[in-house]
Amino acid sequence: MPLANTSTSVPVIVDEDKCIADKGCTVCVDVCPLDVLRISELTGKAYMKFDECWYCMPCEADCPTGAVTVNIPYLLK
Amino acid sequence: MDEITAGLSEIDCDVLVIGGGTAGPMAAYKAKMKNPDAKVVLLEKANVKRSGAISMGMDGLNNAVIPGHSTPEQYTKEITIANDGIVDQAAVLKYAENCFEMIQELDRFGIRFQKDENGDYDVKKVHHMGTYVLPMPNGETVKKALYRQLRRARILISNRYMATRLLTGKSGRIAGAIAVNTRTAEFLVVRAKSVIMSMGAAGRLGLPTSGYLFGTYENAANSGEGYAMAYHAGAKLANLECFQINPLIKDYNGPACAYVAGPFGGYTANANGERFIECDYWSGQMMQEFYKELQSGNGPVFLRLNHLKKETADHIEQILHTVERPSRGRFHEQRGTRYAETMIEMHISEIGFCSGHSASGVFVDEFARTTVPGLYAAGDMASVPHNYMLGAFTNGAIAGEHAIDFIRDVDFDDYDRADVLAEQERVLAPTKREDGIPPNQIEYKVRRLVNDYLQPPKVTKKYELAQQRFAEVRADMEEAMVARDSHELMRAMEVASILDCADMAACASLYRQESRWGLYHWRTDFAERNDEDWKCHVLLGKQEDGTMGCEKRAIQPYVIPISDDEKDAYYKQRITAKA
Repeated sequence: MPLANTSTSVPVIVDEDKCIADKGCTVCVDVCPLDVLRISELTGKAYMKFDECWYCMPCEADCPTGAVTVNIPYLLK
Repeated sequence: MDEITAGLSEIDCDVLVIGGGTAGPMAAYKAKMKNPDAKVVLLEKANVKRSGAISMGMDGLNNAVIPGHSTPEQYTKEITIANDGIVDQAAVLKYAENCFEMIQELDRFGIRFQKDENGDYDVKKVHHMGTYVLPMPNGETVKKALYRQLRRARILISNRYMATRLLTGKSGRIAGAIAVNTRTAEFLVVRAKSVIMSMGAAGRLGLPTSGYLFGTYENAANSGEGYAMAYHAGAKLANLECFQINPLIKDYNGPACAYVAGPFGGYTANANGERFIECDYWSGQMMQEFYKELQSGNGPVFLRLNHLKKETADHIEQILHTVERPSRGRFHEQRGTRYAETMIEMHISEIGFCSGHSASGVFVDEFARTTVPGLYAAGDMASVPHNYMLGAFTNGAIAGEHAIDFIRDVDFDDYDRADVLAEQERVLAPTKREDGIPPNQIEYKVRRLVNDYLQPPKVTKKYELAQQRFAEVRADMEEAMVARDSHELMRAMEVASILDCADMAACASLYRQESRWGLYHWRTDFAERNDEDWKCHVLLGKQEDGTMGCEKRAIQPYVIPISDDEKDAYYKQRITAKA
């Protein structure tokens, strides 16, 4: 069965002006229990790659620059 | 990141702990403290800093047995009654005797517990009978404090390794485990003299009403690997038909926390704002009344705080919105709901396995030993009922210390190399396909079927239909599941555990031909409790022919007797009309 790409709106937002992933920071990626964040090869900034969020907030709480915001996934809110 | 490299490395250790949430770190720490020369490895699918049910912290202890407030004997009696008599009391009593020492140790780690003006622990009454709930004013620091101790004790931590199967040795003892890196798909074979499993609940079994796969009551990383791995290793599992079903905030799916609100005067109410249950402590019997009210003309059900003084309601809100599940404040903000102003709609959770709240777990004795020599289990996945966070810490400690005693007299048990090769082949199969069905679709389907057919009330024919449908999905999973990177491969392995758990839930529920534990095992075609035939454990395991089967196991004679007029106390939940 061939695969399709279906779009989904993700709950975790990263403020790219504040994010220092391009300087080597990986805190949010490291702490996520579901391992859904990655550093973009294009922008060097963190982003939510997989829409598999428990909205538990370590990424936001542990971010050293306050760049990460966790929203409630659309299906729940 | 996420490319599939699929290499293999091997390490040896004395004690392998799988799962770095609550019980696991404590088990590793205690093992190392007891024998500093032992090589202790802690394996974690995520990152120990922020993994498990207490990822963000915990707002209180639900089951603290503190001298002057309650006794181990009282607590054992209460849990025996709450769990409808199906309890090996030795394990509950041992927990109750050890947990105060654990509270004091956690206190030394820097985790503070609420004290009154005299400096005594400020324990609150929430249970039906005794007083066991202790607030934690700085509960958000739990993981940090624990991690500091692990670093200090020089525990070897391997993050982002997901264990997929246990290895059993030629002499029948545990021999280690196989794990796969969730970002590279590299394999790690850990040879160990003893293994402690602390892998949490099976929280991704039912589908939340929101339909969002990861919007579960339990941390969604807890997908039931511990249950599946124990089963495949030949360990017995106990009372899996005693499902976990919890009351929670509708849609948000986080705990409604009558534990937190109760001592301040908050309660569970119906649509008329009236109390309908005597006691908000979570039990199957309480959930039965909750379910009835939800379905009735007085439904749905609400958390009621808006009768309290505004300062009190705001204070409760502040606790609930900052510690265990802090995003809940954001949820209510978007909805425009304030606890001081309106009642908050509640609902019941999806089903799961979790001894922490109910009794479904890998069968263990009072030393956290499973039925496989050298294999231990602690925390939400081990069968000690109503154990919660403090139980995970206390029994994790018991497991760690006992494992050190066990390894003193044993060497590594040899496992069959073919087992490792077969496991590599099983794990990597979804990566060998060009196209097929992705794990998220298989997972959605399994969990949708769980809701359709397994959610109580349980009906025999529906359960048989579920088993047929699970078999069809299993064939799809084995023949057509596709994983395009190592992250998706992790999800694929999780789906396999979820499907195993669904099969176990069906098998165990069909076997126990009675109703027990209120809503947790409510069979409409066997509606009565039947003590004569079923006042026993149901143990599930892999039989000699490789199929899943169940057997009865007698309950150990009670050490703390329960009198006839006490044993049904938890069935007297409903508030009757006042004179």
